[in-house]
Amino acid sequence: MSVDPQGPKVGADEWVARQAHRREYLPSWLGDAQRRAERIGWWPRLAIAGLAGLALPLLGLGGFQLQVGIDALVIALLAVGLNIVVGWAGLLDLGYVAFFGFGAYGYALLSSSQLGANGIHLPYWLSLPIVMIGAALLGLAVGLPSRRLLGDYLAIVTLFLGEAFVEFTNNVAPSKLGGPNGITGIDPIQAFGVQLLTNTSYFYLLVIVLVVTMAVLRLLEYSRTGRAWRAVREDPLAAAAMTIPVNRVKLSAFACAAMVAALAGTIFAAQQASVFPTDFDTPILILIYAGLILGGTGSIAGAATGALVVMVIYDGLLRSPAEASLLFYGLGLLTLLVKLRPWRRLAAVLGATIALGFAAHAIAAAISSSAVATGPQSSGWLGDGLRDWVIVPANPQTAGNVGFVVLVCLAIALVQVKGRWRTILLVPTIYLAAFVWETRLVVEPSITRQLMIGAILIVMMIARPQGLLGQRRVEVAT
Amino acid sequence: MSFFFQELVNGLTTGALYALVALGFSMVYGVLKLLNFAHGDLYMVGAYIGFFVIQWFGGAQHLSIAVPLLLVIMFVLAAGLVGGLGVAIERFAYRPLRDAPRIAPLITAIGVSFFLESSALLLFGAQYRVYNTADFISLSSGIQIGSVTIDSVQILVLVLGVVLMAGLQLLVNRTRLGRQMRAVAADREAAEMLGINVNFVITATFFLGSALAGVAGIMGGLLFNQVTSTIGFIAGLKAFTAAVVGGIGSIPGAMLGGLVIGVAESFVTGYISSTYSNLIVFGILIVVMLIRPSGLLGRAQLQKV
Repeated sequence: MSVDPQGPKVGADEWVARQAHRREYLPSWLGDAQRRAERIGWWPRLAIAGLAGLALPLLGLGGFQLQVGIDALVIALLAVGLNIVVGWAGLLDLGYVAFFGFGAYGYALLSSSQLGANGIHLPYWLSLPIVMIGAALLGLAVGLPSRRLLGDYLAIVTLFLGEAFVEFTNNVAPSKLGGPNGITGIDPIQAFGVQLLTNTSYFYLLVIVLVVTMAVLRLLEYSRTGRAWRAVREDPLAAAAMTIPVNRVKLSAFACAAMVAALAGTIFAAQQASVFPTDFDTPILILIYAGLILGGTGSIAGAATGALVVMVIYDGLLRSPAEASLLFYGLGLLTLLVKLRPWRRLAAVLGATIALGFAAHAIAAAISSSAVATGPQSSGWLGDGLRDWVIVPANPQTAGNVGFVVLVCLAIALVQVKGRWRTILLVPTIYLAAFVWETRLVVEPSITRQLMIGAILIVMMIARPQGLLGQRRVEVAT
Repeated sequence: MSFFFQELVNGLTTGALYALVALGFSMVYGVLKLLNFAHGDLYMVGAYIGFFVIQWFGGAQHLSIAVPLLLVIMFVLAAGLVGGLGVAIERFAYRPLRDAPRIAPLITAIGVSFFLESSALLLFGAQYRVYNTADFISLSSGIQIGSVTIDSVQILVLVLGVVLMAGLQLLVNRTRLGRQMRAVAADREAAEMLGINVNFVITATFFLGSALAGVAGIMGGLLFNQVTSTIGFIAGLKAFTAAVVGGIGSIPGAMLGGLVIGVAESFVTGYISSTYSNLIVFGILIVVMLIRPSGLLGRAQLQKV
C-alpha cells in the first residue's frame, strides 16, 4: 500500500515504482489525512475497523439499521471471498452466487424439519464444516472446466452454473427443496448450548467472522498459495514455466472462494430463518461485483469496504426519499468539488446552473402554470429550497421519462466532447439530472437503486478500473 | 410422428430467433473479443419498439395501416434504433476500455445490461405489454403439411431468419466491409497497419449485430406475444448458449448453435417437461464445453506467448 518516498525498493522495477508514486491524493487537508492514514499498517487498521464495527450496535441502532448492517456484512463477506477467485486468481467466476446459495440451502436442510421424519437439527459446529467441505468440493467441480476453458468461456460456463442452481432449487424435488416457496422455519445458529436469537447477536457474529476471514485471507495473500494465484493471473504460461501447477492453483482458488461463500450462506440462512431461490439470483451477484469493483479487485480491505458502501447506499439510504435526495445532491456536489478544477471553473458551472434553474423556472411559469404545477418531490427543507429552481410539470411521469432519455444522451455526448464545450454542456446536464431526480427517480427508489448499481459498474470501470482502494495494475504490453 | 415434426418446426422457429441474437453476439465477439452481456437487452428494446409501433398505429385491433406495411415499419425501425443504441453503447462504454485488461469490459458489459434493464423498467413499467399478434395476423392461415401446421408468424420468422442469415453470410464473405471485419477479427493491430479503419469496422459490426438483435426482438414479440423488461436476460442466456455451442466468433456456428438450442428446447418441452427445459439446455452447453471447449464449429485457439 504505502510507497517508500526514498525511491524504488531493492528488487522493484524503477519504472513501476515511479508509476506507483503518481497516486492521486484528494486536495488540501483531505489529502494530508489520506497520507497520514496510509502510514497506519494493515493489521492495526483491521483491528480499528473491527472494534468500530463491534461498537456500532452500542450507539442504539434501530431494527431497520441493524438489518441493513447485517445484509451489508453478508455481502462484504461474499465480496471478500469473490476477491480470491476474481481479484487474485483472475478467473471471472459468474456463478459465485451459487456457492452462497449452496451454503444457505445446505444449512437450511441440515437445520430444519425438511429432511427425514423429524428433520435434522445439527449444531452449528457440526453443520458448518459439512457445508463448507461440500461447497469446497462443489467449487472443485465447478473449477474443473477452468482447466481447459480460457477467460471468456469460463465466464459463460460459470454463469450457466449459477443459473442452473436457481433453476435446480426452483424445480427439482419440491418436497425437499420447497421449489419457489423455499425452505422456512430454519433453526437459528446453535452451538455449545448457546443460541443466537437476536439480530444484534448476528451483527456481532458477522463482524467477528468478517474480521477473522479477512485476517486469514491476509495471511493467505502473501503465502505460497497466494503468490501462486497472482502469478497465474498475470501469466499462466510463465507461471507454469516457473513450476507452478497452474491447474491445481486455479482449482484451489475456486474451492477457497466457495468455502467463504458457503460460510456467508449459512449465517444468512440462519439469520433470515428462510431461504428462497430468488435470494441467489443474478441481482445479488451483480451487487457483490459492484462492491468488489468499487472497492478495487485484488484488495481484501477494498472488497470489504466497497461492499459495505454499496450495500449501505443501496439498502439503507436509497429506501427513503428524504435520505436518498440528500445523498443524491450531496454526492453530486462532492463530485463537482473534487473533479472540477480550477475553482473558477467550478464557481462558473455552479453559478450558471443555479441561474439556469431560476431562469428556466421563471420562464416556464410565465408561459403556463401547469408546467410548474407539481412541486419538487423531495420532501423537507430540500424540497422547499428547490421549489423555485427545478421545474416539475403537472404530469411528472411523462416529463421525467423524456428527461431521462435526454439525460442519458447528454451524458454520452458529454464524454465525447472536450474542453470548453464540455464545461458548457455540463450546466444543462446537471440541471437535467436534478429535473429527472425530482420528477421520476425520487419516487421510484427500487428502480433508482438498480440504475445506480449499473452506473457504478460502467463508470468505475471506465474512470478508475482499480477501484477506490485498489492499486493500479501496470499493464505490460504483449 | 406428426408430433415429432410439429415440435421440430416449433424448435426451428425459436431456433432461428436465437440464431439471430447469437449472430450479433458472435460478430461482436469476433471483432472485439468481448462478451457483450448487454446484447440480450438489445433484444428486449427491439421487442418494446415493436409494441409501441403497434400502439402508434392504433393498437392490434384497430390498425390504421395495412399489416405488411406495419411489419416493414416495425422491422426497419427496430433495426435502425437498436442498431444506433448498440453503436452508442460501444462509443460510451466499450471504446474507452479497448486496451484495458480483459476483465474490465466484461464487467462494464454487465453494468450496461443492468442499466438497460432498469431503464426499461423505469420508462415502461413492470407490467407485461402484449402484442396480440392473433388480432392482426391470422394464425390459422398457414401451411398444412399432413398433420403439421406452420402458422404464418412461424413462416415469417423462418423466412426472414434465413434471408438475414444468408445476407449476413454474403456480406461477411463477399463484400469489402466483410473482408475488413474478418481482418479485424483475425488481428486488430495488423488490420490497422494495413490501413483498415478499425473504429469504423467495429462501429459497423456493432450496428449490424445490434440491428439483428432488434429484429429478433420483434420476432420474439410476435411469437411469444409478451414483452417485459426482464425478457432480455433469458434471451441473452439462450443466445450465449447458441453462440458458445456453435463456437464463439464463428458465424455459421452461431446459426447452427441457435437451431440446435431451439430444437433441443422444443423437444425437451414436448417430450419430457417444460420445468426442466432450461436446466437441460444449460446441461447441453456444459457438456459441449467440456468435450469441445471451443464449440462445435469453433477453431481451437492457440495460446500465444
